[in-house]
Amino acid sequence: MKDATAIVGIGETAFAKRLEASEKELALEAILNALDDAGIDASEVDGLASYTMESTDEVEIAKNIGAGDISFFTQVGYGGGAGPALIGQLAMAIATGQCKVGVAWRSRKRGSGGRPWTSTAEAPTVASSWTRPFGLLRPADEIAMLTRRYMYEYGATREHLANIALAVRKMANANPRAMMHERKLVREEYMASRWVSEPLCLFDCCLETDGALACVIVGRSHASDCRSHPVYIHSFGQGLPQQSHTMVNYFSDDPLTGPSAACAKSLYRSSDIGPSDLSVAQIYDAFTPLVLLSLEGYGFCGKGEAAAFTEDGALELGGRLPINTSGGGLSEAYVHGFNLINEGVRQLRGASVNQVTNAESCLVTGGEGVPTSAVILRN
Amino acid sequence: MLLPAITDENLAFWEGTRKGVLRVQRCQDTQRLIFPPRARSPWGARRVPEWTDVSGRGKIWSFVVPHPPLLPEFDKYAPYNVVLIELEEDSKLRLVGNLVTSAGAKINSGDPGSIQIGAEVRVVFERINEDITLPRWVLSGPEFD
Repeated sequence: MKDATAIVGIGETAFAKRLEASEKELALEAILNALDDAGIDASEVDGLASYTMESTDEVEIAKNIGAGDISFFTQVGYGGGAGPALIGQLAMAIATGQCKVGVAWRSRKRGSGGRPWTSTAEAPTVASSWTRPFGLLRPADEIAMLTRRYMYEYGATREHLANIALAVRKMANANPRAMMHERKLVREEYMASRWVSEPLCLFDCCLETDGALACVIVGRSHASDCRSHPVYIHSFGQGLPQQSHTMVNYFSDDPLTGPSAACAKSLYRSSDIGPSDLSVAQIYDAFTPLVLLSLEGYGFCGKGEAAAFTEDGALELGGRLPINTSGGGLSEAYVHGFNLINEGVRQLRGASVNQVTNAESCLVTGGEGVPTSAVILRN
Repeated sequence: MLLPAITDENLAFWEGTRKGVLRVQRCQDTQRLIFPPRARSPWGARRVPEWTDVSGRGKIWSFVVPHPPLLPEFDKYAPYNVVLIELEEDSKLRLVGNLVTSAGAKINSGDPGSIQIGAEVRVVFERINEDITLPRWVLSGPEFD
């Protein structure tokens, strides 16, 4: 499937703490924008991919946009781990002839629609029976546990987490569409901010956003007919490592080697592009420490070296590896990471507000700490 | 109270805590200990694991200190601690719990600032209701026991 398919359209809605439109309406807006961007009529759509957590199913999407007969549809689980898998699975389906025009999307009112962890209506799951009764309630608590151990093992400090939060905020400050566009963040403010779950503070945690995004994928032979510059899907991986648990990945032999390490194996196995070739990346950032684990998992540095990797502005424009160039989940919008996909496309179109000079390829990752996925996009 | 869901897979664990013992599973073929419980051992001939008592001693592997907003039943104790304990029998076996100053003390009974990774702990039990007794942890070692 290497370079056999391309993303030819991206679309999104506004991002805000509260949008009035429903998740369905937002999904439709993002999808139709993406089809417009590609110059493809909705009647040509025959493939759909979404998150299992999506509230609008394929039937609703297809009948509202006026899709043709859908010959491939799939959903991927585990929230933020799913995004790049949607792209990869559509690419496989197109490369094997199951469909010709694939649409992936995510629509979520996480800003105004409530916090999932506050729900006590359902009985705890297999994993949460061992965590929630003890007050380990929120994703921030779950990731803070790994963060504390990471700091202990490798000497990482809050200064390193701040390097990530500040680098990504600077990206958002240059992006008028970012929720944090006008909100500068300085190190002193980071250090003085309130705790969410020690050792994680407010600025280690992503935004709460209403919004939707989508993209359109077609085969290589079809890509040059489209309105926008095609960005090729070079390689794709998924990773559900041995003995892992979702979010509370405490029960494997080494909890500090997360799902990204397993995902990276399959991602790079089929890739001509390795970590040393990548000059920009969109790394899932629901929490700053996920970036540390991902930098190691995807091979940008050795195990335990990610904290040092963040020093000297390495993650900022002009640094070794600018990340999350639209502001990521920390500072643009948190929509289960789909904004990272669209920003990866913009980088390779030369259309990012934080354009990395001569970017020829871009890594886009799904969430660390959950069964995950990644793609490498290229020109 | 957010209580664990008792299932066929974990019933023996909660029967154990009611009796004041900590139990984990053991692979019948490799003797390797297993937690959280599984329907099958992932090792050996993948048979249904057996249950075994463990000492209830371990060390703090990591910990967090949650601050509000939380669920109301936890907000009232915040900031409290949640610890991850590695068991003496196998350091790869880890349990989430809370460090308390004594059996029955609240989850905010100690000073979170004094918690240290590597500190030795032993299990104590807090009866919540007829079905559920939760394991908690107190500092252990020569200066405490």
